[in-house]
Amino acid sequence: MSTPFYVSPQQAMADRAEYARKGIARGRSLVVLQYADGIVFVGENPSRALHKFSEIYDRIGFAAAGKYNEYENLRIGGVRYADMRGYTYDRADVTARGLANVYAQTLGTIFSSAAEKPYEVELVVAEVGETPDGDQIYRLPHDGSIVDEHGSVAVGGNAEQISSYLDQRHQDGFSLAEALKLAVQALSRDTNGTEREIPAERLEVAVLDRTRPQKRKFKRIVGRQLGRLLEADGATTEAESAAEEE
Amino acid sequence: MDFLSDHQPEMLPGKRQLPPTQGAIEAPHGTTIVAVTFPGGVVLAGDRRATMGNVIAQRDIEKVFPADEYSAVGIAGTAGLAVEMVKLFQLELEHFEKVEGAQLSLEGKANRLSTMIRSNLGMAMQGLAVVPLFAGFDVDRGKGRIFSYDVTGGRSEEQGYAATGSGSIFARGAMKKLYRRDLTEADATTLVIQALYDAADDDSATGGPDVARRIYPIVTVITEDGFRRLTDEEGAEIARSILERRLEQPDGPRAALL
Repeated sequence: MSTPFYVSPQQAMADRAEYARKGIARGRSLVVLQYADGIVFVGENPSRALHKFSEIYDRIGFAAAGKYNEYENLRIGGVRYADMRGYTYDRADVTARGLANVYAQTLGTIFSSAAEKPYEVELVVAEVGETPDGDQIYRLPHDGSIVDEHGSVAVGGNAEQISSYLDQRHQDGFSLAEALKLAVQALSRDTNGTEREIPAERLEVAVLDRTRPQKRKFKRIVGRQLGRLLEADGATTEAESAAEEE
Repeated sequence: MDFLSDHQPEMLPGKRQLPPTQGAIEAPHGTTIVAVTFPGGVVLAGDRRATMGNVIAQRDIEKVFPADEYSAVGIAGTAGLAVEMVKLFQLELEHFEKVEGAQLSLEGKANRLSTMIRSNLGMAMQGLAVVPLFAGFDVDRGKGRIFSYDVTGGRSEEQGYAATGSGSIFARGAMKKLYRRDLTEADATTLVIQALYDAADDDSATGGPDVARRIYPIVTVITEDGFRRLTDEEGAEIARSILERRLEQPDGPRAALL
């Protein structure tokens, strides 16, 4: 890249960071919340083919905001890493921490040196434990750092506003219906504070459910099941929807 | 000794040329795996014996594995290689599903298994063969399907029932007389254990139910609800009811002549 003017490294990095942040802020937000039985991912996504949330491994889920083709690359790379590691060693040896480290290295390299432009993506890697204490949520911003999150996290769009809204209201031990309700409320708040309606068809919801009998804990929540949870009045109907799930 | 080694070294015991051994390709593989379709699904079952020549190497080996939620593989042949192949097959199916966001079609899975067996042909010709029987529920067609393979990976879809392994001839004979198109799931699971019993009766490399040690054939069922393996208690119950009747009629249920 020819630079007729001298640009200090600080300035260059600051520009790249600004570029990436702007790109991520342009996209839609998503939230990741801990609830009693695991971790729920909620985001506004009108597309049924392109997903923001995906399964990486038995107890590990992936969520991303920003440029789709860029985070798709990272997602597939993550699945490959996890499957290779699980096959070479054992399924129990695949951890979200290991995966987050790999992502951090990749993003860091892209941001600092290699690529023409930084990836406009912000990732969340989550792992559900046997108990709520074992749950892990890692947020990976565009520059390759890792942030250990607890309880709730929002990325993309007007993430700061949504984050503070969630922080004030999130509690441990929510039922899935309660967590979902809080997430949708948080996502519906526009930048100027007004609320809008997000219908079920425009929602993408997925969970890492530690109570699932299968080894693979990731599950998408769609259709009637999603509708029921959204209409549910918190505690009462959680048991019914869980029973009808399987 | 020294005289011999000077003039006719090939007469020394250790130096004698052995004739080239025929590969174990000739010898069928010590196992019986059977599969039966019924309206709504398919049953895949296998015996529990592993043999090394005339010795029973293991009494409770597992030869039937889930490939993914809607399919299963039963394997005859070299145990170590077969298990490794199944692990790789499971990995491939899971990887595809996660990357694409959708399951492979049943044909696609059968095809992949074909390629895997084909790539093992070199070792197979040295006696380390793996021959699977693949069964799955086809969600598009809404029915169970069975695929059998030869050692080169050549695949063929079987109608109704199928068997593979050294005892497959005897198992197939039994199923020929017992199979009907309108079996229930419970009928089908009983049928496979009857077939395995008859295979064990005539093939030394196939193990029958070991009531004393409580080691029963592995029976798996695949329907639209997914893969399910019968618990030890369920398998035991079917085996016991079959054995009771065999005490009266050792050769099993009688078929009508016409």
